[in-house]
Amino acid sequence: MLRKFSFFQMRKLKETVIEKGLQASALVTIAVTVGIILVLSIEAILFFKEVSIIDFFTDTQWTPLYTDKHFGIITLLSGTLLTSFIAIIFAVPVGLSISIYISEYAPRSFRKTIKPALELLAAVPTVVYGFFALTVVTPFLQTFIPGLAGFNSLSAGLVMGIMIIPFVSSLSEDALHAVPNSLREAAYGMGSTKLQNAFRVLVPAASSGIIVSIILAISRAIGETMIVAIAAGQQPRLTLDPTVPVETITAYIVQVSLGDVQHGSLEYRTIFAAGITLFIFTFLLNTISYRIRKKFREKYE
Amino acid sequence: MELQFTLGTGGRVNSNKMKKDKDTIDKTLKRKHKLQAKEVKVFYDDFMAIKGIDMNIRANKITAFIGPSGCGKSTFLRLFNRMNDYVDGFRLEGEILIDGENIYKKKVNVEQLRKQVGMVFQKPNPFPKSIYENVAYGLKIQGIKDKNFLRQKVEDSLKQVGLWNEVKEDINKSALALSGGQQQRLCIARTLAVEPSIILMDEPTSALDPISTAKIEELIYELKEKYTIVIVTHNMQQAGRISDYTAFFYMGELIEYDKSKKLFTNPEKKQTENYITGRFG
Repeated sequence: MLRKFSFFQMRKLKETVIEKGLQASALVTIAVTVGIILVLSIEAILFFKEVSIIDFFTDTQWTPLYTDKHFGIITLLSGTLLTSFIAIIFAVPVGLSISIYISEYAPRSFRKTIKPALELLAAVPTVVYGFFALTVVTPFLQTFIPGLAGFNSLSAGLVMGIMIIPFVSSLSEDALHAVPNSLREAAYGMGSTKLQNAFRVLVPAASSGIIVSIILAISRAIGETMIVAIAAGQQPRLTLDPTVPVETITAYIVQVSLGDVQHGSLEYRTIFAAGITLFIFTFLLNTISYRIRKKFREKYE
Repeated sequence: MELQFTLGTGGRVNSNKMKKDKDTIDKTLKRKHKLQAKEVKVFYDDFMAIKGIDMNIRANKITAFIGPSGCGKSTFLRLFNRMNDYVDGFRLEGEILIDGENIYKKKVNVEQLRKQVGMVFQKPNPFPKSIYENVAYGLKIQGIKDKNFLRQKVEDSLKQVGLWNEVKEDINKSALALSGGQQQRLCIARTLAVEPSIILMDEPTSALDPISTAKIEELIYELKEKYTIVIVTHNMQQAGRISDYTAFFYMGELIEYDKSKKLFTNPEKKQTENYITGRFG
């Protein structure tokens, strides 16, 4: 049998097998994505058959596990947005400063140490961050914010901010680094100081890349689960007060998934409705950042 | 035009006589030798890129630097506005003087120096901003905010490079939409806007088509009335056409430096002759 194939035919066969194998692995990821969207949608549709979509977006209480049931997703959404907002407010200035420092000021040897060190921040398991927020940051903040509850969005948000610093700084640094050297020379040649060069020329020139890094960081913060589940509490509450316990969409999903809610019940379906809300948010953010990145790539090529 | 790139010169107390003497010397120097290099050696780590050059460059003339790639002419040019400072391992021995003042002294303010010594680069490098913002940039970073002054200055500078009529309608459009030749003239306008007295040009036409090149050459020729111009070029016809003096560099040394007419028709050194007749390089 083997002798019928020449060396070249064998090689061609091998190529085909490998190609199909690679294609199959690519298809698996697409299939999984489609599967997730399908399951989310089907369960969410079943949910919305019982709960009006208007109530879902206008009710200000989220109490599906109690006898007096309310399904106001805004309550969970406020927890998610509040913690994410605190994280972003903290991470963007810090991350951007780090990226400017690394890209324009730091000596080459220092850059070699600090970049991997920063990326290590992203490698810390999020459960450790959550633990850190609950047992270190909250007690520390309580020493000068007297009314701070044991679970609160402030310390969860700050620690989440620490976690996403590398997302901002690393991608922003790449964007700054990609600005052609000729622009730096032009700026210095006109008599710019380093600071003027950084803020008047490089940051505007790299703005699309920096915006992408911020959007991805937001998307990461919105989807983050462990830190907020541990440190922000599990009390759905429509509030902008960072010192009280809140519950985020992700934390609610954890709570229900770990509880003893009956499969197929309305309570069970709430997590799919909450999940699809979350998914739509991160999907939109990722799409925006993809668009910007594409535009950005065209600009420099 | 008085050079003021040293911090604190204004407030220094000198005996009047000494100051007067110094002024006279400065003025004489300025009239004759705007830029001077004294026993200049440049090292990149252990590599010696410039091997001891003495040179005087005259005011309000165009001086061309020619020589094969890697001969050190660009490095030498960039000494005059300290652009080599950013190169890793760069070290200078000797002195570079502008109007008789050593620009590598500690107290020299490099940003101030660069406002007096403008530079135009090989590839047109406008900022990704509007045409207006490009020209106003140098003034804005000096803290000038007066809108009318800025607008007037932008217009004047663009007129000086003959770009005003081409772009006056599109002044707020992106500079990146201009053609390569227009971009390079914009870069020259941007440099002129901060009123330097010296302009360094590092192969300013090597990335341009012949028509744009001709326009820029014409412009350079007009500019020499007001400015001292040093231009690095690979194009010997260009050096011959526009420059008053030409310096031939080879392997980090200044081989020959003379009036362009003399250097191109009757060079002293064999190496120069070989180079300009195209026998090497």
